[in-house]
Amino acid sequence: MGLKTFPGGIHPHDLKHYSKDRHIEEMPLPKKVIIPLSQHIGAISNPIVKHGDEVLVGQKIAEPGGFVSIPMHASISGKVTKIDKFPHPTGIMAMGIEITSDEKDNWIKLEDDENYMELSVDEMKKRVADAGICGMGGAGFPTHVKLSPPPEKPIDTLIVNGVECEPYLTADYRIMLEHTDDIINGLKILKKILGAKKGIVGIEVNKPDAIKLFKKLLKNESDIKVIGLKLKYPQGAEKQLIYAATKRRVPNKGGLPMDIGVVVQNVGTAIAVYEAVRYKKPLIDRVITVSGKIVKNPKNVKARIGVLFSELLDFCDGTYEEIGKVISGGPMMGFAIPSLETPMTKGSSGLILFNKKEAHKEEESTCLRCGRCVDVCPMNLVPSLIAHNVRHEDWEMAEKYGVMDCMKCGSCAYVCPSHIKLIQWIDIGKIKVTEKRNQD
Amino acid sequence: MSDVYAVSASPHIKQRISVPSVMWQVVLALTPALLVGIFFFGIQSLILTIYAVIAAVVTEAVIQRLRKVPITVSDGSAVVTGILIAFNINSASPWWLPVVGSVFAITIGKQIFGGLGYNIFNPALLGRAFLVASWPTLMTAGWKATNPLSNIFESSINGLKDLPSNVPAVITSATPLGVAKAIRDTTQISRDMAETVMNSLASADTIQNLFWGNIGGVIGEVSAAALLIGAAYLAYKHIIEWRIPISYIGTVFVLTYIFGGINGLFSVSILLPVFHIFSGGLILGAFFMATDMVTSPVTKKGRIIFGIGCGILTVVIRLVGGYPEGVSYSILLMNIAVPLIDRYTIPRIFGEIKIRTRINTN
Repeated sequence: MGLKTFPGGIHPHDLKHYSKDRHIEEMPLPKKVIIPLSQHIGAISNPIVKHGDEVLVGQKIAEPGGFVSIPMHASISGKVTKIDKFPHPTGIMAMGIEITSDEKDNWIKLEDDENYMELSVDEMKKRVADAGICGMGGAGFPTHVKLSPPPEKPIDTLIVNGVECEPYLTADYRIMLEHTDDIINGLKILKKILGAKKGIVGIEVNKPDAIKLFKKLLKNESDIKVIGLKLKYPQGAEKQLIYAATKRRVPNKGGLPMDIGVVVQNVGTAIAVYEAVRYKKPLIDRVITVSGKIVKNPKNVKARIGVLFSELLDFCDGTYEEIGKVISGGPMMGFAIPSLETPMTKGSSGLILFNKKEAHKEEESTCLRCGRCVDVCPMNLVPSLIAHNVRHEDWEMAEKYGVMDCMKCGSCAYVCPSHIKLIQWIDIGKIKVTEKRNQD
Repeated sequence: MSDVYAVSASPHIKQRISVPSVMWQVVLALTPALLVGIFFFGIQSLILTIYAVIAAVVTEAVIQRLRKVPITVSDGSAVVTGILIAFNINSASPWWLPVVGSVFAITIGKQIFGGLGYNIFNPALLGRAFLVASWPTLMTAGWKATNPLSNIFESSINGLKDLPSNVPAVITSATPLGVAKAIRDTTQISRDMAETVMNSLASADTIQNLFWGNIGGVIGEVSAAALLIGAAYLAYKHIIEWRIPISYIGTVFVLTYIFGGINGLFSVSILLPVFHIFSGGLILGAFFMATDMVTSPVTKKGRIIFGIGCGILTVVIRLVGGYPEGVSYSILLMNIAVPLIDRYTIPRIFGEIKIRTRINTN
């Protein structure tokens, strides 16, 4: 007890044992990649290559579609073979650029700026923006936007998120163990860009070796603290992490961490920032956990962005049993996708495979009003009430009870004895309320 | 797109919990109290409980059949109702009493509203209220413990034998709460005498007997210890939550301490509120009936208000009302208030406070 945490939350089995001791393995070059033009929150990127163009690794192939957007880069060298709609890891079909490999892995010229910490803040920010970095924890908010708070919102605290509270996922854990220095370098760059006095590394206490390692490497840095957080889902959700680490609450109804002087970045993002600022390396690869009971060889794989999930799974020797469900991301908030011919994006933290039995979902029964969903909701909502109003198409009441404040962590649906698909109802509510707002 | 895999909204994993698992665990939690009931009152207790359960399950099945909805008796909720009905009658009752209670509870208390999840009142309590209103003598008199150990007058109230001969007539009520009520209401005995009786009620001896169940009463509510074992199990399994029982019992404790004395204010001993907690149906009511998910508030604050309300009403009925015991009526009355309580206790969304303070400071 006494560990820092947030109110509410659940304790699912963490199921990290499948992959937590597996060193990060670099996957061989894929034969083709699909680079979706929307891997982030914000405007879709605009392609600047056309069918048949030859591209190098790291070459820009799409421009940001606005300020809240990111450029995309080729992650393998070869030829652009298609610009079309492809399956997207959020379960929809979306525009993307297909590149077929020439198997040469020819890169653009990278730099090595050893004195990168002397660079101006503007230059650092420019390099981050040019590298096409977005949040790698899942939500995918463009990083340079988070690093550009308006002057009236000074940032005093930077939090690096190493919580990784989703079951199964161990990619962040492995990079914390294997690329600790890179994360710390990224943290220092982020801190400098933001002018934040304080840096915090937040890690759940189920990763004691990672906590120890960071504490050891940061023992001479008086302004960077390592915080061990209570093991609880969703500890890694931005608002909950901020509250646990600083006791500050992000205002609801669309408030941002910057409103209370905080910026949160995922550990993977910190590495990407370091590589972008020092080497001008665009974000063309990431570490993803491939796991599940039925996966023959669960792994933490470093793979090129745009690699197909089917190839990732082949690299992990496939599955023992017939696949029932494919989840892009973690099992709590990830998306179930209909096809393995879907590319990994910058925000893909996991590829989880379920057998038919694990994929089975119980039928909904009537709400018992037990209040378990109320007890666990980290946003202090009454999920059953929101779902009830959505079911009766009362969008106004759904909005009043905070449907838009839900972050869809899924804790409510996880504990519901009546198997009510609360997140599904809430999602419908979110869509309808957004539609209504746009009409007004 | 070669394969098409199952697609559904997140989350993709689920705690292993379901309505039947909740209900059957409640049944399990009620078992210790039933065993104690059988121990003190004999096998008749078990037979009556079986009657009540069968009646509840059959009624539910028949009505669901008539309503042309899926028959869900295997979810265990009707079994819980049946057991609770039996727990509220005494072991000497005729066989049809629990049967009528269960039929009423399931029909009028539950199915008429649409079944599990839609009922306003705790079905078992509504059934009990119906029985008390229809057969008051059967429901409140003739409580004679069959086990010779359990005669409270002989074993607990030490000073009682020295009372004048006309006094026992006043306090022939078979339950400790009945005695407490009679003592407060009567004018036939002197103040000193009343205090003596009150003190022996609130003695460690009496409370010990109440705790273990060595008293007269209905089948399921006599042993606080057995009920608490079941309640602890449910709390450990997160099926009941502390807010309702603690606020309920806490309120009874505070109010009986302040108003429980013979002269109306501060009771003589701290043991009197303890006596009130362990006697009557409070433990059963606070842990197993007030916590009924369907008929209690969903919000955390609401649950505390609900518990306090139950506590106030219970004490008012016990101390100034017409009945010696008020647990079931107070819970039923608070059931009515649940929609209102829920409506006014919607929690403040995480982060909402900040916005207000920001506006204030700007």
